[in-house]
Amino acid sequence: MFSLESLTTLVQDWLNKTFPPAIALLFEFVIVGVLAIALFAALGLVLVIMERKVAAWIQIRLGPNRVGPKGMFQSAADTVKLIMKEGLTPDGADKFLFNLAPFIVMMVAMLVLAPIGFAKGFHIWDINIGVLYVSAISSVSVIGILMAGWSSNNKYSLLGAMRSGAQMVSYELSVGLSVLSIIVLTGSLNINDIVLSQQNGWWLFKAHIPAVISFVVFIIAVTAETNRAPFDLSEAESELTAGFHTEYSGMKFALFFLAEYINIFIVCAIGATLFLGGWMPFHIGNWEAFNHIMDYIPSFLWFFGKTFFLIFLIMWFRWTFPRLRVDQLLNLEWKYLLPISMVNLIVMTLVAIQGWHF
Amino acid sequence: MVEEIGKTAEGDLIINVGPQHPATHGVLHLVITLNGETIKKVEPHLGYIHRSIEKMCESLTYRQFIYTTSRMDYLSAHINNHACALTVEKGLGIEIPARAQVIRVLMDELTRIASHELWWGAMAMDLGAFTPFFHAFRERETINEIMEETCGARLTMNYMVPGGVMVDLHPNFQSRVKNFLKLYKRKIHEYDELVTGNIIFQNRMKGVGYLTKEAAISYGVTGPAARGSGVSCDVRKHYPYEIYNQIQFDEILETEGDSFARYMVRLREMNESIKIIEQLIDNIPEGDFQAKTKAVLKLPKGEFYQRVETARGELGVYIVSEGGTTPYRIKFRSPGFSNLACLDHITRGGKIGDLIASMGTLDLVIPDIDR
Repeated sequence: MFSLESLTTLVQDWLNKTFPPAIALLFEFVIVGVLAIALFAALGLVLVIMERKVAAWIQIRLGPNRVGPKGMFQSAADTVKLIMKEGLTPDGADKFLFNLAPFIVMMVAMLVLAPIGFAKGFHIWDINIGVLYVSAISSVSVIGILMAGWSSNNKYSLLGAMRSGAQMVSYELSVGLSVLSIIVLTGSLNINDIVLSQQNGWWLFKAHIPAVISFVVFIIAVTAETNRAPFDLSEAESELTAGFHTEYSGMKFALFFLAEYINIFIVCAIGATLFLGGWMPFHIGNWEAFNHIMDYIPSFLWFFGKTFFLIFLIMWFRWTFPRLRVDQLLNLEWKYLLPISMVNLIVMTLVAIQGWHF
Repeated sequence: MVEEIGKTAEGDLIINVGPQHPATHGVLHLVITLNGETIKKVEPHLGYIHRSIEKMCESLTYRQFIYTTSRMDYLSAHINNHACALTVEKGLGIEIPARAQVIRVLMDELTRIASHELWWGAMAMDLGAFTPFFHAFRERETINEIMEETCGARLTMNYMVPGGVMVDLHPNFQSRVKNFLKLYKRKIHEYDELVTGNIIFQNRMKGVGYLTKEAAISYGVTGPAARGSGVSCDVRKHYPYEIYNQIQFDEILETEGDSFARYMVRLREMNESIKIIEQLIDNIPEGDFQAKTKAVLKLPKGEFYQRVETARGELGVYIVSEGGTTPYRIKFRSPGFSNLACLDHITRGGKIGDLIASMGTLDLVIPDIDR
């Protein structure tokens, strides 16, 4: 299988040969930083246009079709508009927190990107507690949202932030438990190990019904955790106008918007890694010929294909379902998802110990 | 307002919903008192779109004033015009040709369907589902095209005049309406699949926004909102006008009284309207579309009242005439105003989400409330 590892080692070796170690490290930081920001910008543009096109397709209309071929540059034009706009700060707002909040939300989204394996041998940080790192860091973004809601000095924002706080804290449990149920199978938190453990088939297919249950719970819970419809109570356009980011405009609003999409990408990437084998091609047991053909498809295509499939699923939810009420939202988590995923974790542990999975 | 703030308890949150808010569908201003997410009080403030239509009517002739009423409940423009035309005809004592009567009823029912379609889309949007709106507009557009062809307008048709209708039907009218009926029957099951059967939707609608039969009567709620509480109040059945007493159709009643009952009443009412149109579309009698009337209408001295069933409830038109060419006084009893009155009653104790859902099921059109 074609690996990007040779490329990354080549760059590293060259840097180490040419420069002293400290400077080489600095250059690596810069390269990674630039790549991450470029990926961010690209993902933001692609996901926004994708959302609008998917929405249009579901809603029997055309969607953006004026800027560029088939409206493909629409989100670029929107970005320019948002940059040109004035970033207002309300009079009664706590100016420091108000301006800090979007950056915290954005920074969290950027940090979580680190351990994700985009292709074979291509990730920013091969950390041995990768999954734990993701769930630990991603829960920080709720602080940014609470900060935004509180500092705006707006009752709608406050209500939205309150809802968001309750929602994200509760749904993190289900996400964590469904992630754990895969961890008990792999025995490792390292994302690379998790991907490699799916050499013979993806966990979704290998670990029987418990894996399917935890996959469904995972998808529901991450939809809630990223504040997407039908769990978009913190924004709730028809109830709270725009929820926690009511008072934000211009680029500060855009950062929230971008962070939302990056978060969707990240949770879908994690879902693809845990359940659908990350960049691992589709392999069936010992069908050598079939597996060999599948290996010809580059690993980053597999990764992005699976991730975008999950993103499409989440967009599909958004444009189909009505929104839940706040008490129903918490009931769903505490009365249904949490007990189900707890029992499921026990069943999965049993499966792992007995070696019943393929 | 200052007095109101003084009355609230410690920890209460007062929020202005509107006059610019995505869920009020217009310039309705609700001052809601919250305890956390729970609603303690809802107080509607009106007047943001008051155009003094009733006062304007006093200086307009009996032919002219009808056109201002298209701007009251703009989704039932035909039915508003119809009510005014009927009142003037009552005063003049004119017999309307059979053809005009059938055309009027056809237009009323098409309007009712269009209005309910729009309500269905907006209602789903209030609950956070955006897609139904576009599905609803797909069918509504067909009706708008029919209106455009015959009346020359899509929203404020101004088609009903004292004595009949303004112009004859367009030659394509019948085939277009039949096409619409076919389209509607092919698509209506999507409404149930997309929204009615959805578990989230049912959880949001069932058991919230209770309006008992007694409360509905005491608040003067009419139309589908009242029929959802089991109040039989269809003016077309109880005080039939035009040819409604010769047509087979049912008055839709649900007894639950919650938001879901009001929702179901409207959905089923659309089917009844389809039934009425099917009965009439092939039986439009030949003849005049307008009775012969004088150029200048003068109502005799006296008071005249006529009520009709709009898409939202009972619309009453009350004209006091001094015998001149313009009315001395006009009063419209608009359904939206009375339906809004029960909003506080049905939402108290619920959540903010329930307020939006219940307000959606009342189907408020703000220019109808303010006039």
